[in-house]
Amino acid sequence: MKLKMFAVLGMACALAACSGDHKNHDNNGDGQNMQQISQGPVPGSQADLVATAGDRVYFELNKNQLNSEGRATLDKQAEWLARYPQVNILVAGNCDDRGTEEYNIALGQRRANAAREYLEAKGVAPARIMTISYGKDRPTADGDTPDAWAQNRNAITSVR
Amino acid sequence: MSFFSDTEAEFLQKHLSRRSLLGGAAAGGVLVTPLALLGGGRAWAAGSEPAEITVANAHQAPIPIVVPDFGPGLGNQISGVISADLSSTGLFQVMGGTVPSSAQPDFSALKSRGARVAVAGSASGSDSVRVEMRLWDVVAGQQLEGRAYTASQGNWRRIAHIIADSIYKRLLGEDGYFDTRIAYIARTGPRRHQSTRLAIMDQDGANAHMLTSGSWLTLEPRFSPISEKLAFLSYANNRPRVYVYDLNSGQQTILGTFEGISFAPRFSPDGRSIILSATTRDGGADLYLIDLATQQRRRLTSAPGVIDTSPCFSPDGQNIVFNSDRGGSPQLYVMSAGGGSARRISYGKGHYGSPVWSPRGDQIAFVRISSGGFTLGVMGPDGVGERSLTQGFTVESPSFAPNGRALAFCRQNAAGAGGSGFSSNVAVIDVAGFNEHVIPTSTGASDPAWSPLRR
Repeated sequence: MKLKMFAVLGMACALAACSGDHKNHDNNGDGQNMQQISQGPVPGSQADLVATAGDRVYFELNKNQLNSEGRATLDKQAEWLARYPQVNILVAGNCDDRGTEEYNIALGQRRANAAREYLEAKGVAPARIMTISYGKDRPTADGDTPDAWAQNRNAITSVR
Repeated sequence: MSFFSDTEAEFLQKHLSRRSLLGGAAAGGVLVTPLALLGGGRAWAAGSEPAEITVANAHQAPIPIVVPDFGPGLGNQISGVISADLSSTGLFQVMGGTVPSSAQPDFSALKSRGARVAVAGSASGSDSVRVEMRLWDVVAGQQLEGRAYTASQGNWRRIAHIIADSIYKRLLGEDGYFDTRIAYIARTGPRRHQSTRLAIMDQDGANAHMLTSGSWLTLEPRFSPISEKLAFLSYANNRPRVYVYDLNSGQQTILGTFEGISFAPRFSPDGRSIILSATTRDGGADLYLIDLATQQRRRLTSAPGVIDTSPCFSPDGQNIVFNSDRGGSPQLYVMSAGGGSARRISYGKGHYGSPVWSPRGDQIAFVRISSGGFTLGVMGPDGVGERSLTQGFTVESPSFAPNGRALAFCRQNAAGAGGSGFSSNVAVIDVAGFNEHVIPTSTGASDPAWSPLRR
């Protein structure tokens, strides 16, 4: 009983440490790097999510509709989340920089909501999903090219 | 034409001056007193000013004005700031020269140089600085103004800005905007994870300092029209919401409780409430009005799934302009301050956003986004008379100077494929669309918010 308590506390600490990670930088790409270090990603980790399901879905300009590729990614995320019921996630919506700062915060939230609603429909408990929007302030791709903008219109799922 | 005695002048100036008393030097303010007229001099009474030049709309020829050095050390620094302030508007052609500070100037010599107005000035003292300034109408051969300004040495820049404001007002007939500050977001580091800090500077870029540490994404500062407070958006603890920052105490307080993200705050003209936008679970955003004293909130819009954001009051507090995609794409709408039905006012090509109502009430500045990039423009509150002021890859976040004559905004240049070449600056432009210039900052800068005139 006592041991179990410690295990739960340990996990809470790990999650707390991870959530601090969202401040002032994105959660993009780190997973891929970690994955290469050892035999395989730690089960239930961000790197595992990236390797197993993919952590992000993309959107068209000014849109929040999921395409078939996005739905397939979220299907895999839902399956992965079913395997790790103790894992909670943060879904962050992002925009390219072709809108105003303020409208894009709402648009990014709309994209995060679209991903959240899809995951909930696939059976993920609403309490496990937090959403946030960074508007156009946390781009994944640095450049200002149509390709970079397409990459920056996304919703990124991260383990929290 | 009417004349008045020194005593009358003293009385008038005491009661007409915006800052006849600024709390005294001890409080860090600037004390303003009238100067006696120079031998045989005459002054024009306020109300019959011959040198008042209206520059309401058109870009007219700049007024040629001589601003001499005020003397060694601080004097020259003060006259340098006055010159820079006046030049920065594009409304004055500032010339150097010699103007005596204790005698009438040689009007014919000044006239032959093409000067229309001349400033005379001197500075004395060390810990407490006293600056004397006279403004001469060169054409009429009259003194327009004569005042002494006293403040602690650390406030010398404020003296310079206050003098420049008084020159601006005497010659253009409306308040200036030099003794003001601009709150902004200081940006450092690579674009992917930029450090963003709430920051504040004088309107000319001097005295810049950081108010927050940069641990969290921070955006959208807005100045209170009545107190030393800023509203802004902070992502602290991954909970993006609006905070109010007290510039005197440094204290931050969370404004209201919302399920989603609260953002895009804007003070009401009376400073007693803040209007903001809050995201909803259905993918929209609603407008709320929050009373600062009671923290009570009132929802003003509630269309399901629609984004209503970037609200801004008209200066009389009667109407609100905001950005909404209720019609399918982001456009500008105006509604009564109490909410209810809204009227679309933007009909040009592309999407619109970030509307801000001029303090004069007659114009709304906005951003229009089309395939060609961003345009900063103005239109009447009824949507009529839209015109473009400037364009670029990104020009956004307009904020009016307190007199409505100039706009601060953010200009960003596009990054190349690797992210290099990106820049973000605060720039200022005249509402007639000329004289755009960047405010120098030591970091990247965005989200300017112009303060009211200091008190």
